[in-house]
Amino acid sequence: MSTSLATEPLLELRGVNKSFGSVHVLHDVDFRVHAGQVTSLIGDNGAGKSTLVKSIAGIHPIDSGEIRFEGEDVAIRGPRDAAELGIEFVYQDLSLCENLDVVQNMFLGRERLRRGLLDKSSMEQAARDTLATLGVRTVKSVRQPIRSLSGGQRQTVAIARAVLWNSRIVVLDEPTAALGVAQTEQVLALVRRLADQGLGVVLVSHNMNDVMSVSDRVSAMYLGRMAADIEVTASTTKEQLVGLITSGQRAGNPTTDTHGDDT
Amino acid sequence: MHEETAVADFGLDTTPRSLADVAHDAIARFRGGDLGPVPALLAIVTLVAVFGLANPSTFLSVGNFANLLEQASAVIVIAMAVSFSLLLGEIDLAAGFTAGVAAAVMATRLQDGWDLPSAVLLSAVVAVALGMFTGFMVAKVGIPSFVVTLANFLIFQGILLLLVKEGGTVGIDSELIRDMVGASLSPTQSWIFVVIALALFAAFEVRTQRASHGAVPMSLVAMKVAGTTAVAVIATLLLNENRALARANIEIKGMPVVVPLVLLLLVSITFVLDNTRAGRHLYAVGGNAEAARRAGIRVDRIKLAAFTACGLLAGVGGYFLASQINSVSATTGANDTLLLAVGAAVIGGTSLFGGKGRMINAALGGLVLALIDNGLPLVGKRSVFWLVEVDFSSSGVKAIAAGLALLVAASVDALSRKSAG
Repeated sequence: MSTSLATEPLLELRGVNKSFGSVHVLHDVDFRVHAGQVTSLIGDNGAGKSTLVKSIAGIHPIDSGEIRFEGEDVAIRGPRDAAELGIEFVYQDLSLCENLDVVQNMFLGRERLRRGLLDKSSMEQAARDTLATLGVRTVKSVRQPIRSLSGGQRQTVAIARAVLWNSRIVVLDEPTAALGVAQTEQVLALVRRLADQGLGVVLVSHNMNDVMSVSDRVSAMYLGRMAADIEVTASTTKEQLVGLITSGQRAGNPTTDTHGDDT
Repeated sequence: MHEETAVADFGLDTTPRSLADVAHDAIARFRGGDLGPVPALLAIVTLVAVFGLANPSTFLSVGNFANLLEQASAVIVIAMAVSFSLLLGEIDLAAGFTAGVAAAVMATRLQDGWDLPSAVLLSAVVAVALGMFTGFMVAKVGIPSFVVTLANFLIFQGILLLLVKEGGTVGIDSELIRDMVGASLSPTQSWIFVVIALALFAAFEVRTQRASHGAVPMSLVAMKVAGTTAVAVIATLLLNENRALARANIEIKGMPVVVPLVLLLLVSITFVLDNTRAGRHLYAVGGNAEAARRAGIRVDRIKLAAFTACGLLAGVGGYFLASQINSVSATTGANDTLLLAVGAAVIGGTSLFGGKGRMINAALGGLVLALIDNGLPLVGKRSVFWLVEVDFSSSGVKAIAAGLALLVAASVDALSRKSAG
C-alpha cells in the first residue's frame, strides 16, 4: 500500500496553471503517475481533465508549474516533447485509418524501412509480437483492414500501437465510451495488463465501474482544481468517487486525505 | 518461443490456407462492399460480348484490338494521374488541361527548334509546377480541390489557347513522340517483352507467397500466373498477325508500343505506392487525415506531393495525347479526355472518398471507356426494344453511355461505402 507512495512517481506535475484567455482552466494542479499503476483521472465535464491531459501531451503547454519525469524537470512544449519522453496517447475518437490494416496502422508515421523501402515482414512480425505479449486474442489477423474490426478490436489496436514504441506512459481518453459490455471488459483487461507490464497508465473516464475495476489510484478534478488523489482500496466505494466528481469532496470525511501526503 | 505464441494467436497469418479459404474471404469482402476492380472487369467482358455480337467482323478484328489499346492509352495515363488526387479524397478536374498544356509546351519548343530532351524537360517542369500550384491552393490555402481545379480548368485552358494561338495547331516533328502511340514492336520483340514481363510477374507473385507464410496458397499463385500467361499469349498471338488493310502493301504487326509504356508506368507507380513511406502516407491521409496527422504525418506535404505527382503524370499523358494525332491544338486534353480521365479511375474502382484504389483500376476503367468509345459507333442504327430507332454511332449516345457508366461506378462506390458502414 504505502510502498507505491514511497517510490518516485514516473511523471509528476506540481502547481500547474493553464488559462485560455481570461478563463483560468487549471488552478495549481498536482498530478502523479506511477509506473506499474493505473491512475484514473475523473471529474465532471469542464472540470479540466482533458486540458490536463492535453498539457501532458504538449497540445496545450502549461503556463506555469513544474513537470518532472523520473524526478527530473522537463518541459513539454509540443507533442514531440511528449513522444520523446515516451508518453503515448490513445484518443477517444480512434486515430486509426479504416482503409489500412492492423500492421499499417500500428506503424503509421513510424514505418520501418529496409534499403529505403517499407520493411513489411519485420513490421508484421513486430505487430504480432506486441499483440501477443499483450495477450490479445481477439484480433485474428494483423492483415485485416481496420474497417472489418469491431469497436473493441479497434481500441485494442489503438492501445497496442501506443505500446509498440517502448512507451513509458500511456494516456487513454475514455477508451470504453463507445463499447459494449464484453468489449469493455476486454479493453479494461488490456489496460490492466499495460500497468502490470510496468507502464504508467492514465485512464480518463466517466465510468465509475471502469475506474473501480482497474485503477490503483484515482485523481479527481473539480472546477479546475485537483480535489483528491486517493488510493483505490477494498473500502473505496462508487459513492465516494461520485461525491468527488459532483462536490469535489469525499462523502463522509470531507477534505481529508487529499494530495500532499508524501511529505 | 516468441514465434510460437505469435503463431497460436494469429493463426490466420501463419497457417497455410487453402484455395477455398481464400475464395471464402474474397466472397466475404465482396459482400462487405469491397468490390475492387470486379465491376470494371465484368463491364469489359460484357462490352466485348455485346459489341462482338453486334458487329463481329469489325469489332473483333485484330486491327480494332490494337486500335483500342492505342485509343485507351492517353486516358489511362491521365486517369492514373487523377487517381493520386482521388486517393487523397480530393479531385482534379483540370488534369486533362494539364496534359494539354504540357503537350503544347513540348510541341511549341520543338517547333522553335529545341531538341527533344530539352523540350520534354521543360514541359515536365511546367506540368510539375501546375500540379504544385493546385497542391498549394488545396493544402496550404485550404480551398476545396473541386473549386481549385474548376478554376484551374479555365486557367490552364487559357494557357493552352495562348500557347497554340486560337484555332491553331502545332504539328510535332519528332519521330520518337509520334511513335509512342502508333508504332509497334516487331513480333520477336513482342515475344521477348511478354516473356520478360511474365517472368517478373511470376517471380513477384512467388515472393509475395513466400512472405505470406502460406496465407496465400501456392495454388492461387499458380492460377494467377497461368491466367495472366494465357491472356498475354493470346493477345500477343493476335497482335503479331498482320493487321494492315487487305489492299495495303505494307505489313502492320506486333504489339503496339503503348502497351509496354503504359505497363511500365503502371507497375512502377504501383510499386512506389505500395513500398514507400510516402505511398503508405498517401493512403493514410486519404483514409483518415486526422489520424494521419496525429500519427505525425505532415498531411499538407503529402497533399502537395500527391498533386505534384498528379501534375507530372498528367503531363506524361499529354505526350500520349500529342502522339495520337501528331499535333497539339486548343482541344488537346479538353472535352472528352478531361472528363473521361476522371471517370476512368472511378469506373475502375478507385473510391471518390479517398484512401481506396490502385493504378490498375485506372487502366481497367480506361479500357471500359475506350470500349464504349470504340464499340458504339460499330453498332450503328438499331431499334431499341422495337420502339425507337437509335443511332448508336452518334456522339450524343456515346456521351450518354460514358456518363451513365460513371454514374453506375460512382453508385457502386457510394453504396459499398454505406454497406461497409
